[in-house]
Amino acid sequence: MNHPNEEDLIAYHGGDPAKREVIASHVADCLECRAELTRINAVLAALSSLPVPDPGADYGARVWQKIAPRLPERPPRRWWQLASSSDLAAGWRAWLEPRRVMAWAAVATIAIAAFIGGRYSKPTVTSNETVTADASKIRERVLVMAVGEHLGRSEMMLIELGNAEPENSKQKEVNISTERRRAEDLVQENRLYRQTALEQGDTALAGVLDELERVLLDVAHSPGEVTPAQLDEMQQRIAARGILFKVRVVGKELQQRERTAAPATMQSGSGTGERNKI
Amino acid sequence: MEATGDSDAIAVERTLAGDRDAFRVLVERHSPNVFRLAYRMTGNQYDAEEVVQEAFLRAYQKLSQFAARANFGTWVYRIAANYAIDRMRQRKSEDANREPAPRANDDGIEVDAMSFVPDSAPNPERLAQSEQLAEHMRRALRQLTPAERTAFVMRHWGGSGIEEIAEALKSSSSAAKNTIFRSVQKLRRALEPFVEPRGQARSVGTES
Repeated sequence: MNHPNEEDLIAYHGGDPAKREVIASHVADCLECRAELTRINAVLAALSSLPVPDPGADYGARVWQKIAPRLPERPPRRWWQLASSSDLAAGWRAWLEPRRVMAWAAVATIAIAAFIGGRYSKPTVTSNETVTADASKIRERVLVMAVGEHLGRSEMMLIELGNAEPENSKQKEVNISTERRRAEDLVQENRLYRQTALEQGDTALAGVLDELERVLLDVAHSPGEVTPAQLDEMQQRIAARGILFKVRVVGKELQQRERTAAPATMQSGSGTGERNKI
Repeated sequence: MEATGDSDAIAVERTLAGDRDAFRVLVERHSPNVFRLAYRMTGNQYDAEEVVQEAFLRAYQKLSQFAARANFGTWVYRIAANYAIDRMRQRKSEDANREPAPRANDDGIEVDAMSFVPDSAPNPERLAQSEQLAEHMRRALRQLTPAERTAFVMRHWGGSGIEEIAEALKSSSSAAKNTIFRSVQKLRRALEPFVEPRGQARSVGTES
């Protein structure tokens, strides 16, 4: 390879791994570039030695004392208040979107099933087992169906984002605001399903949803318009996490679970649930 | 790290629910880290402390926007970096209007009174040399523009990613990369005459 320029050598430490490897192999054989890199490193190392005063172990407490009187009171949130929007009307519209209503309906069904299971758990040992098993099946099936659909929507959004690209080489920004808005919605749903999965003891499903949530947050917090380089970085980050593959695998598993759970729903005491199988 | 993140998330939720004392946990936990960033960016303790306080005040005010974010530490770090840039720009323009005579020691080297830190080096000559080098470094850092200094500090001391830096600078990723390059290039030009590479050219991958 040609000698790397100064910019390449300066970016060497934090640069992308592929480029780093190429430079490393060149520098290993090139005395001139090795000397140049050593000079850059010497300056960076010297700067790293520049001390920062120790603010003291009680520094955090002192900061708090200074700012506490300046913090406005924050009224406790009520159930009708929204976590992140001051626009109540817009908030209601958002919460009444069909998809979100579906998510809430799924969770509500799970809660009702749990209630029924508990309500009828007293009379006899046999009916207790029967009704609880039924309620458990219903809960699981509802969760499986709702999450399956949610994963399908997430997968579609991620695929579209993965395929996004500038229309031509001169385009400076790519509009991903649609994907971003969808990611914002999906984050809310995802959180609901993750918490429900956790409550149901389905830690494996909750784990995958947790990973998905991180990716969705990444997209939801990106600007609506990104440069091709930013888009490329985002696509690489998503690919590196392998989330699309995991979502597909879990989606298939859920379909399987749905199929096996369906006939059993009307039967009683037939199995102990299939949690943590993913 | 995961446990800290979870506990941060709980503190954020409680703060949003009206429990103001929950925010204290976040302030006490993250202040030292934010101070280190702020000091390196502003170069003096007075401004650094102001940046820290302002960063947490802004974080409190914007906390509802944070609700879904993953890492409170990273978030408040970025708020501090944003404010520090404004603070440095303001300082530069104040200094330009005032045209101050830099405080100088007997050797004519500018002295930052707030940045003396005890040095344990036993040899007085070495002590003087290292103090001189430190002064050269502080001066070189002061020569950077606020954006360059922010980019350098976040990258080389904070370990921040390009996107995070771009967000703090309100620029594109490629502009942020360019700013990092320019900052290191300027520091090289200013400091290479005073910094001696240790030994001969070393093999790659052994640097810290």
